[in-house]
Amino acid sequence: MSLPQVTPLNAFHRTHGGRMVDFAGWDMPVQYKSILEEHKAVRTRCGLFDVSHMGEADVKGPEALKFLQHLVTNDCSKLFPGRVLYTVMCYPHGGVVDDLLVYMRGEGDYLLCINAGNIAKDIAWMQEQARGFNCTVVDRSPGYAQLAIQGPTAAVLVQTLTKTDLAGIKYYHFADGEVAGVKCIISRTGYTGEDGVELYCAAADGVRLAEAVVAAGGPFGLELTGLGARDSLRLEAGFPLYGHEITDKITPITAGLGWVVKFDKGPFIGSDVLKAEKEKGSAKKIVFFKTGDRRIVRAETPVLNAAGAVVGSVVSGTLSPVLNEAIGSALVEAPAAKEALAVDIRGTKLNLHLVKPPFVALKKN
Amino acid sequence: MSNIPADLRYAKSHEWLKVAADGTALVGITDYAQNSLGDITFAQLPKVGATLKAGETFGVVESVKAASDVYSPVAGTVLEVNKALDANPEKINQAPYTDAWIMKLKLANPADAAGLLSAEDYGKLTG
Repeated sequence: MSLPQVTPLNAFHRTHGGRMVDFAGWDMPVQYKSILEEHKAVRTRCGLFDVSHMGEADVKGPEALKFLQHLVTNDCSKLFPGRVLYTVMCYPHGGVVDDLLVYMRGEGDYLLCINAGNIAKDIAWMQEQARGFNCTVVDRSPGYAQLAIQGPTAAVLVQTLTKTDLAGIKYYHFADGEVAGVKCIISRTGYTGEDGVELYCAAADGVRLAEAVVAAGGPFGLELTGLGARDSLRLEAGFPLYGHEITDKITPITAGLGWVVKFDKGPFIGSDVLKAEKEKGSAKKIVFFKTGDRRIVRAETPVLNAAGAVVGSVVSGTLSPVLNEAIGSALVEAPAAKEALAVDIRGTKLNLHLVKPPFVALKKN
Repeated sequence: MSNIPADLRYAKSHEWLKVAADGTALVGITDYAQNSLGDITFAQLPKVGATLKAGETFGVVESVKAASDVYSPVAGTVLEVNKALDANPEKINQAPYTDAWIMKLKLANPADAAGLLSAEDYGKLTG
């Protein structure tokens, strides 16, 4: 029997009324009170997410950069200490192993943040690829708690708990500091499309940090926010989720993530296949849609063309609490993406209106 | 603990029935059901005039998590549907036994209501 894994905040969630569900093998709060209300809180005020289930890995050694340049699609030579990079890593056939953040702490010293459901797979993959490079890949996941405080008031809230000048840390930059007396990596990143921070601290300090944020959060309209809101926020922002918009069968080019694939840095795992796809054009592509209707268009719903033929499949779908209509993404045959598309939801035909995300106006970071 | 009014009758599939003296009844879903589903985002209402058998699907209540069929607790004819739920399905979360009734039925046989669960029995089922 395999029991779900728990984060250092598991008891915290239960104490605060979290509704616990299994997510990628983790016992996590899907919501505390209401997914819709938690979502709106992050768009208008701020929310606290436990993201301790995310994985962390150290990549260290004289050839750490050379290894990362081989491993991932984005150009890690652009990093400097204190800078964060979003990227994917691919298989030789171009499918995605995972998407991740690369933090440069110093020369030959990087921290990676990877998806919870992919930790074991990613670590094994990276260690195998690192053979022949003078560097090590070490799983540090159990050692970290990670909290995301996101929303327009998130930074001002966290600023009351730290001497580090948060306004001085730009988007996709980070600094070491103390928040509420807890040593943290303070990262100006997030998965909601809002301003905010992600705090990495020692696992043993996670609850103390979370309680301090909650205690200080009242004047800033802080809500505890679960994975349900995290998913609707990321979809509204147009961010991919591994297993949906990107998988081992969906390349970053197909997914519209060409901006993280840098061919000019030299060859990397999958670069030949991805370059060919970019030059010839993708056979399929990920599109984002809204319907003007409240019925949720769920993953795996077939996407139909005007003739009623199946030309793709929905990969993510939810109700946008801001737009009050269904939004989603689908993998469709590339030529079909230029035509009228529709889905059939329990006998009701709904037209898909393709949009370029984000679905809602987001504050410029 | 979910709210289970004593004056209603209940189906095992989590619908409630409120019978009036004139042989009509309001039907909705229980507090336990709305709480299990979470935020309700859409309610598909039956057609006025539809004839339903006991246990027949009469609509869909959808939340962020899932879309669930709802079943008529008894046989009857749909007299009226709660149009307010089109624009505000979240009323089902807020007031499942009052504002958020889903349909009004003319019972085929008013005695059928007695065959449903009492509040006490429904409480045991969901307790």
